[in-house]
Amino acid sequence: MSTATTDAPEATETAVPSFTVTFIIRRFDPDADAEPRWQDFDVEMFPTDRVLDALHKIKWEQDGSLTFRRSCAHGICGSDAMRINGRNRLACKTLIKDLDISKPIYVEAIKGLPLEKDLVVDMEPFFASFREVQPFLQASTAPEPGKERIQDVVARERFDDTTKCILCAACTTSCPVFWTDGQYFGPAAIVNAHRFIFDSRDDAAQVRLDILNDKEGVWRCRTTFNCSDACPRGIEVTKAISEVKQAIMRGKP
Amino acid sequence: MSESATGTLTAPEQPAKRSRPGGTLYRGNEGMWSWVLHRITGVAIFFFLLVHILDTALVRVSPEAYNVVIGAYQTPIMGLGEVALVGAIVFHAYNGLRIILVDFWSWATRHQRLLFYIVIALWVITMLGFTPRHLINVFSH
Ligand code: HEM
Ligand code: SF4
Ligand code: FES
Repeated sequence: MSTATTDAPEATETAVPSFTVTFIIRRFDPDADAEPRWQDFDVEMFPTDRVLDALHKIKWEQDGSLTFRRSCAHGICGSDAMRINGRNRLACKTLIKDLDISKPIYVEAIKGLPLEKDLVVDMEPFFASFREVQPFLQASTAPEPGKERIQDVVARERFDDTTKCILCAACTTSCPVFWTDGQYFGPAAIVNAHRFIFDSRDDAAQVRLDILNDKEGVWRCRTTFNCSDACPRGIEVTKAISEVKQAIMRGKP
Repeated sequence: MSESATGTLTAPEQPAKRSRPGGTLYRGNEGMWSWVLHRITGVAIFFFLLVHILDTALVRVSPEAYNVVIGAYQTPIMGLGEVALVGAIVFHAYNGLRIILVDFWSWATRHQRLLFYIVIALWVITMLGFTPRHLINVFSH
């Protein structure tokens, strides 16, 4: 009996199949390369592993110079947006079993922000646009002494979707308009403006609508839906942008 | 030895595969490709109209020259070109209506993919109606 029970888990453990997966990674070392170059790595992976695990394995076991950002490793911090097989995804949320491993997997940095090294880009222009839309609550009245600002469920629901953003930049760097016009505010800044424009406790909606009624604001959006497709939080990005467009036309949220 | 031979055989294929200096092509969905087509057709229509306004204006300068230019439109090659032109305008018009719906109606924003296939279906139906009649005209002249 006892042998049978100890044997059983072992048998199932060895039965989990692993595969050799080829990753083709776009490398760039600013000190050595004039142009980015593709390099391939073979990694032993389980279907339940994620692309981030592959990057770790490469960095820890094959080539310590591979450079990428990650922090939480669980889809919360927004550090590891990258282009996986031609689409913007978080490496930590992309499972190997969801990719076609009969072909190599292409991994490269997100597009449209200055490339610094390997998979790392300069996020500063992205955060600058974010700051410009004043993404913080601005109320012109004081709450009742000792009370919080009351908001009913329906009013909270109005902007619930856009509260989920983790500022990973997957949306902004999937946008064809942003690739060719780096001045465009980009989906992420508009999403975060939306979060406050439609918040009943906030009084600065008009200021943000004016900021986004710019030639580089919401009107640059061509509804390609790349952003909605890329968002790891499942935010309906294009819909949020459309709502801001309509609020500008109405002149109020 | 045979392994290393296959190795050298497959080797030249690799650099070609990897010569994508700008990175891979972004694999957008229907929304992105409909926009690419919309812009291409929009720009194409614009240039056709520009030329067409200029050649029509020619009638005021020299009616003979105008007749020569308009005569050129009657050739079969131009007839095929007209199919392409009508195809571009029809796609641009239907997809333009799709974009207007997507911009103003949240149901359409959610169902843009379905609307894109409806645009394609309407385009096919329109072209099936137009192309045979038009080509009969062109080639029976
Ligand atoms: C047949 C009726 C037409 C409709 C319903 C229509 C509709 C539209 C719409 C809604 C847009 C905005 C696209 C966007 O926001 O992404 C647009 C863009 C455009 N249209 Fe039209 N259009 C029509 C005819 C034309 C004509 C005759 C021309 C050429 C002179 C033209 C050239 C363009 C161009 C160049 C763009 C810019 C494409 C872009 O920004 O991506 N359109 N059209
Ligand atoms: S909207 Fe989505 S894709 Fe864009 S930055 Fe926020 S979480 Fe990332
Ligand atoms: S590492 Fe934090 S979101 Fe992926």
